[in-house]
Amino acid sequence: MSSLALINEFLGQPPNASEHGFQIDHILEFCHWFMAALFVGWSVYFAYVLIRFRKGRHPAADHEGVKSGISTHLEFSVVLIEAVLLIGFAIPLWAKRVNQFPDTQDAILAHVVGQQFNWNFHLPGPDGQFGRRDISLVSNTNPMGLDPNDPAGKDDIVAMGELHVPVNRPVILELSSKDVIHNFALPHMRIAQDAIPGSIIPMWFKPIKTGTFEVICGQLCGLGHYSMKGSVVVDSAEDYQAWLKERAEMAGTQAAPAAADRPPGEPSSGATPGTIAPPGAPKTENPGAKLPTSPAPSPAPGG
Amino acid sequence: MDASTSLETHHDPHHHDADHDHHELGWWRKYIFSTDHKVIGIQYGICGLILLFLGFCLIMLMRWQLAYPGKALPVIGNMVRNIFGPGSMEGGKMAPEFYNSLGAMHGTIMIFLGVVPVAFAAFGNFVVPLQIGAPDMTFPKVNAASFWAFAVGGVIMLASFFVPGGAAKGGWTSYTPLSDISDKGPAFHAIFNGQTLWLIGFIFLITSSLLGAVNFITTIVQLRAKGLTWMRLPFFVWAQFVTAFLLLLAFPPLEAAIVMQLMDRVAATSFFLPTGLIVNGAPLHISGGGSPLLWQHLFWFLGHPEVYVLILPGMGIVAEILANNSRKPLWGYKSLVFSVLVLGFLSFIVWAHHMWLTGMGTAVSAFFQTTTMIISIPSVIILSAFFISLWGGSIRFNTPMLFATAFLPMFGIGGLTGIPLAFNSADLYLHDTYYVIAHFHYIVAPGTIFALFAGVYFWYPKATGRMMNEFWGKVHFWPSLICMNVIFLPMFLQGMLGMHRRWYDGGQGWSVAADHVWGLTGFQWNTPISWAAWTMGLAQIPFIINFFWSIKHGKKVGDNPWEATTLEWTAPSPPPHGNFIGTPVAYRGPYEYSLPGREKDFTMQNEPVEPTERTRRKVPPEPVLA
Amino acid sequence: MEIPYTVSTRPDTGLWNAKIGIWLFLASEVMLFGGLFSAYIFLRIDSPPGLWPHGLLNVPVGTMNTAILIASSVTVVLAWAALKMRQYRAYWWYMLATIICGLLFLTVKLVYEWPQKFEHFGAFIKPEALEKYEPYLGNHHLAEKGLPPRLEITGHLHNHGALHDPNIKEYEVALDPVNADPSNPSMDRPHFFYVPPTEKIATIEKSDVERAGMFTPDHSTYFATYFTITGLHGLHVLAGVLVFIYMWLPVSKKVYQRNPEHLANRVEVSGLFWHFVDLVWIFVFPLFYLL
Ligand code: HEA
Ligand code: HEA
Ligand code: CUA
Ligand SMILES: [Cu+2]
Repeated sequence: MSSLALINEFLGQPPNASEHGFQIDHILEFCHWFMAALFVGWSVYFAYVLIRFRKGRHPAADHEGVKSGISTHLEFSVVLIEAVLLIGFAIPLWAKRVNQFPDTQDAILAHVVGQQFNWNFHLPGPDGQFGRRDISLVSNTNPMGLDPNDPAGKDDIVAMGELHVPVNRPVILELSSKDVIHNFALPHMRIAQDAIPGSIIPMWFKPIKTGTFEVICGQLCGLGHYSMKGSVVVDSAEDYQAWLKERAEMAGTQAAPAAADRPPGEPSSGATPGTIAPPGAPKTENPGAKLPTSPAPSPAPGG
Repeated sequence: MDASTSLETHHDPHHHDADHDHHELGWWRKYIFSTDHKVIGIQYGICGLILLFLGFCLIMLMRWQLAYPGKALPVIGNMVRNIFGPGSMEGGKMAPEFYNSLGAMHGTIMIFLGVVPVAFAAFGNFVVPLQIGAPDMTFPKVNAASFWAFAVGGVIMLASFFVPGGAAKGGWTSYTPLSDISDKGPAFHAIFNGQTLWLIGFIFLITSSLLGAVNFITTIVQLRAKGLTWMRLPFFVWAQFVTAFLLLLAFPPLEAAIVMQLMDRVAATSFFLPTGLIVNGAPLHISGGGSPLLWQHLFWFLGHPEVYVLILPGMGIVAEILANNSRKPLWGYKSLVFSVLVLGFLSFIVWAHHMWLTGMGTAVSAFFQTTTMIISIPSVIILSAFFISLWGGSIRFNTPMLFATAFLPMFGIGGLTGIPLAFNSADLYLHDTYYVIAHFHYIVAPGTIFALFAGVYFWYPKATGRMMNEFWGKVHFWPSLICMNVIFLPMFLQGMLGMHRRWYDGGQGWSVAADHVWGLTGFQWNTPISWAAWTMGLAQIPFIINFFWSIKHGKKVGDNPWEATTLEWTAPSPPPHGNFIGTPVAYRGPYEYSLPGREKDFTMQNEPVEPTERTRRKVPPEPVLA
Repeated sequence: MEIPYTVSTRPDTGLWNAKIGIWLFLASEVMLFGGLFSAYIFLRIDSPPGLWPHGLLNVPVGTMNTAILIASSVTVVLAWAALKMRQYRAYWWYMLATIICGLLFLTVKLVYEWPQKFEHFGAFIKPEALEKYEPYLGNHHLAEKGLPPRLEITGHLHNHGALHDPNIKEYEVALDPVNADPSNPSMDRPHFFYVPPTEKIATIEKSDVERAGMFTPDHSTYFATYFTITGLHGLHVLAGVLVFIYMWLPVSKKVYQRNPEHLANRVEVSGLFWHFVDLVWIFVFPLFYLL
């Protein structure tokens, strides 16, 4: 499937890296052409009118003005185009997003849990079984509250900030959140979905390019929102296996160190991705931060 | 008894003793605690404009942080720190919590303390009764109460900047759970904290709007002058009429939501808090069982109608000014009226288009996509009608007209960019990016704000009896127009790059912001945007000076300086208490410009229809009452 | 200057100003309570089985309050009718009756119903400990009948200190009949009449308790909605009563003497508001007391 995305590219949209992404880009592209047509059309008319009918050139206005029903035709064509975009593209596309999930056999399944201010990923590991999770077990060293005595959980992989997936295989992410609403946005994959506490929402995509892609938190979630960053690393099949193996070994021990290795070529700002909390936000590992509050600024400003 | 005699009561004894005790009103009752719709309108207007400017100042501060994240802002930075305390800009560097406060309060102030008071309350109060030939609002005391509720709400909102922890930080949308759990803990007071004060202040603002809405609708229904039938109302009155209904019906559900969030914060309930929250690694001790999305539904049920509250009065103002300065009737008056009614009705069933990414099923999203598409049609019709109205006109480019004409393409751009957002699959990519920011700012900033400027310049002579200076008006217009576009156009690019809103670091730390577009990286674009914003700040100075200077020194003018047709121009400027000399009667439609076979190119609504005229044009027979 | 149609009607609309005003205001009120009731529905649908309490409110008292409000709605109409017939005395008495009804309603709420809730205690048992407290919960019995489980033990707390003092390790509760004799079929349905807690004392280990507390708004979304909605409704009742008192006082007699129709209109308008407040209660009563 080719990407005809002239305006989108012109406006700076980064290249798409997922299978369905082209369809998203298409509908956006169509919208932009449609808007451009209306805009240019009216602008030309507008400019002409302002010059042609300025007082100096047209001292006496004519009471009746335009008599033709041209505008009605114009409005109908707008209706028509919008209807086509809606029924022809938008609705089916969304149906595909939310109803037609790939079957879990060949798909990579992962749980994603957002928290202020990082992303935790939970993979079932070799046995394909997710271990039991219990919020009462959640601690800074066990961010997912994984139950240590659950056999299914023994080989589970818990990664903070970074998720590896193989290229050309559908990925199903089940999103939830510990504290407030976050939004798991992967611009290059053309997907985004709110992570809402108290509910688990699935989302899927199929990466078609290898590389490291930025996960943006797209919902204001507190002080560290601007640096709540994760990354999805799309590996070739073998690299992925290697990663799995490495992780399966670490699985027994805590997954925390995973956060340390940052994907290369990540622009390092004041805040690093993964677990390190942004300046100003209380560190997750800060014992003092046990109060039921969102990041409270330690000094009380104001007078 | 029939209304004409009731209108006669102006001249029977009532009149005199009413006048009498009116004379006894002291300065305070006359200018501060007045119940006169004109005074209240002006009070609203000045407070609103000042608050608009304040909202602008907040964003000018944020623009520094966005352009130069983490850098100390020279001089001003320390002033700000001294005003807002150590948590704000210690050493001139902006703290993230202060950035979030500024963002939330910019949105709140601009919408609820700026545009609504000016566009709806100020122009509505001052102009509507005059345009319908009424002596005042139906409930003058309620009107005053509305203003004072607004004042209290505003004071609370502003005061919240100075409580420990600073003003609300959850965005103007105050999404839960974040807003339920933020601004709590040892560093905060139980009540006097940003978010709680935001909620309390809001209750006052809502009360104010509700009282205002009831008053406006009743006034328009009951106090239309003799002969001023519904289809003879100026479009501006229609716009205000629909706006009032939007406020009346959309605000209460938000009020309910606000009461619930207040309960969550002060009475430890869990309306919006689900079971099993863990904040900073510690479980919350709450009953749970609440629903985070409930807030979003109730908020956006207001939120979307609210955005039309922001635009409809603007459209009304623009309509008046276009007709007046193109010296010809509005094109398609009936379809305009119809569109604005449909717009009002539909705006109640599109709210979920702000929630595309909350995990919506196909059926629900299909419904809301369809309604959102449908609602764009009336807007298209309105804008097209405005464009077509210009054809065949004799256009005078005075300051109000400049702003009014600029409104059209600016609203057009903002509106058109709403279309991709309306398709949830496209919004998948655009949601909460700067594309959205650019979308609605094109509508509210160079759109609504320009309409407000236009209205100020246009009705200023009616309110003061003096003109604002034309030259300085143009000096105000051109830089504003250019800056607005330099500010908001690049935001579309940033959005397309994938840069998200509410980013304290302006995207510095993000690789999507490191991509190039039009020669700069997304992040670098912040710099020209910010400079344009600050330049526009300067561009407002001529306006502010002009505004206050002209009160005393502007050119004196008569009742109808613009040679307009609607009833407000038949009253003296400024109109006395009671507005009209004698009782206004309307004999014709609102926009009788350039009637063929007349020496003047405008015929006012209170000029009787001559028989010759009726034979020549199909004019409705002598006005039936009302 | 005087505003037309304050008392007389405008011919083409057939209405006087305040009448339109009040109807608009009521429309917004409908939206306000509509928002709250939709929240009630939202939350109730979401709540897992067993977590939405039943039979905690006192139905007879609620019924009485309902009757009182309805009666007051009648008297206010009579008051208005009396004014229309220019019988000020009758008006005065009917208005007084209305005011008394309103005050009665508030007293019952504030002096009896709410405090009774604040006195009451409930403890939600952790899932793993449910078996341990089976004698108080009778979930086996309920399961057989296919009824939703009981997760909470309610009654009167004896050692109030336990609420705050971490050193006290258990709650001592004088059980409500439901928990005193849970497998008794007569307990399957909530009682119509309020039955006070029994003498039977249960000790509940804090370690077995998920959450425990008095019946205050933070007890559950049920009480959160209950207190919020009845509280807001109570404020409306109070507002109504205050307005009525104003119209009943001598000041309003002056209005009457100047123009009886004017006072009649005022009473009509505030009466409309009163009917609305009444109507809201007609929704509140079944939603919270019966269902
Ligand atoms: C006055 C304010 C206003 C107005 C009028 C509109 C109008 C519209 N808005 Fe917008 N909107 C907002 C204010 C407004 N909006 C705000 C504040 C937000 C963000 C809230 C937040 O999250 O903080 C928002 C967000 C928003 C979203 C959510 C985006 C997201 O969060 O992901 C969506 C999605 O559907 C949307 C759609 C629309 C649509 C379809 C219209 C339509 O009504 C537009 C119809 C108009 C047209 C179609 C134009 C027609 C013009 C022509 C045909 C002539 C063109 C000619 C020339 C230009 C010369 N808007
Ligand atoms: C009516 C609404 C409105 C208006 C007019 C504006 C006007 C402007 N807004 Fe804003 N904005 C919002 C509503 C509005 N905004 C909202 C709702 C948000 C989202 C907040 C959130 O994230 O929750 C937002 C967010 C927002 C952001 C994103 C912040 C972020 O996401 O981190 C930015 C960034 O540049 C911005 C910029 C601007 C600018 C430069 C203007 C300029 O156009 C300002 C123009 C103003 C003037 C020109 C002042 C005119 C007044 C006078 C001159 C008065 C003179 C006085 C007298 C005569 C007495 N706005
Ligand atoms: Cu998490 Cu924003
Ligand atoms: Cu909207």
